[in-house]
Amino acid sequence: MSNPSQLSKTEVIDRYFLEHRAKLLDIAAFLDRIDRAEGDDGSDFRIDALLECAKQLHSSEIGRTERMLLLLSDSTTEPVDSAGTKGATGAVPPKS
Amino acid sequence: MTYIDPHIHMVSRTTDDYQRMAQAGCVAITEPAFWAGFDRSSPQGFYDYFRQLTDTEPKRASLYGIQHHCWLCINPKEAEDVGFAREVISLIPEFMSCPNVLGIGEIGLNKNSKNELTILEEQLALAEQHNQLVLVHTPHLEDKLKGTLLIMDAVANTSISPDRVLIDHVEEHTVSAVLDRGFWAGMTLYPDSKCTPQRAADIIESVGSERIWINSAGDWGPSDPLAVPKCQVEMASRGHTGALIQKISYDNPLEFLSQSGKFKVS
Repeated sequence: MSNPSQLSKTEVIDRYFLEHRAKLLDIAAFLDRIDRAEGDDGSDFRIDALLECAKQLHSSEIGRTERMLLLLSDSTTEPVDSAGTKGATGAVPPKS
Repeated sequence: MTYIDPHIHMVSRTTDDYQRMAQAGCVAITEPAFWAGFDRSSPQGFYDYFRQLTDTEPKRASLYGIQHHCWLCINPKEAEDVGFAREVISLIPEFMSCPNVLGIGEIGLNKNSKNELTILEEQLALAEQHNQLVLVHTPHLEDKLKGTLLIMDAVANTSISPDRVLIDHVEEHTVSAVLDRGFWAGMTLYPDSKCTPQRAADIIESVGSERIWINSAGDWGPSDPLAVPKCQVEMASRGHTGALIQKISYDNPLEFLSQSGKFKVS
C-alpha cells in the first residue's frame, strides 16, 4: 500500500523548483565544459547514455526515474567470466 | 526523533560522528563487514577486522549510548580470489557467538562474476547452516539490476526464507522486484549514487512502508552519517505522519533485526 504525497502539485513545485532548476543548469554547464576542453571530439558512451536518459524528461508518464535507471543498466543475465575491475562507470560500456 | 541506522561503517568514521548521531536520535546501529578501500593482503587482516567489529566498535559506540551490532563476511569486492575468500570464510564461525553479531553480511555481488557468485553461494550456505540472518549488498550503478536478480535467484536456491534476508541499496528499478519476492529492502541514502533522501521518500510514497528501511551506509567515501535523520526531516516536511516516519526509521529495522535474537536498542 502506497503512502500518498501530502503535498499538492503546486506545493511540490514551490518547494523543489529552484533546486531542480539548478540541477538542470549544472548538466548544461557540464556539457559546455566538456566541449570547451581539449581532447578527442568523439562521443563518450556515458554522455550518450545521459542524453538518451534526458529524453525521459519529455515523457508525461510516471516512472521516469525507473526508466532512466533501466537505460543505464546492464541488461544481460549471465555472470561474467571474471570481475576484471572493481569499479562501475554509471552507464553500460560498449562491448569491445 | 529516535532512529536506528541499520547499515553504517563506523570503523571509517570519527568519534565526532558517533556524538552527532547520538544527538540526532540514533540509539542503535548495525555495521556490515565491507571493503576497506584496498584489498587486504592476508586472511589475518580480516581476523583483526572481525575483532574490531565485535570488540572495539561496540565499546566506542557505547560511550555515546548507541548499541553497536555487526555482520561478518568477505565482501564481494574481495571475493574474486576464491581460495583467499574461502580462508576468510573459515574464520567466521569463531565469531558468530559474539553478542553483537547479527548474521552474515554484507555479502552479494560487485561485478556479477562467476567467482563472486560462487563465494556468495558458499556464504549463503554458511548462513543456512548456522541459521543466520543475511544482509545483502547489491552492485553499483549499471551492474545493480543484473546483480540483484542473480542474488535473489541464489537465495531462492537455498532453504533461507526471504523474510530473513535484507537486500540493500535498492533503487526505483529494483525495489519492486525485491519486495514482490518477499525480501526486505534497504534504501541507502548517498549524495551521488544510490538514493537521495528525497528519492527515498518518493519510493516510500510509491511502494509503501512494509519490509523497507533507510540507512546511511556511511563509510570512507562520499556519504553522510546523518542521512537517516535528514530523510526523517524530508518526510516530515512533506506532511507525513510521525508514525510513518518511525516505521521506516525505527520499527521496521527493529522488526527485521530482532529475528536474530541479539538485537538491542538503548
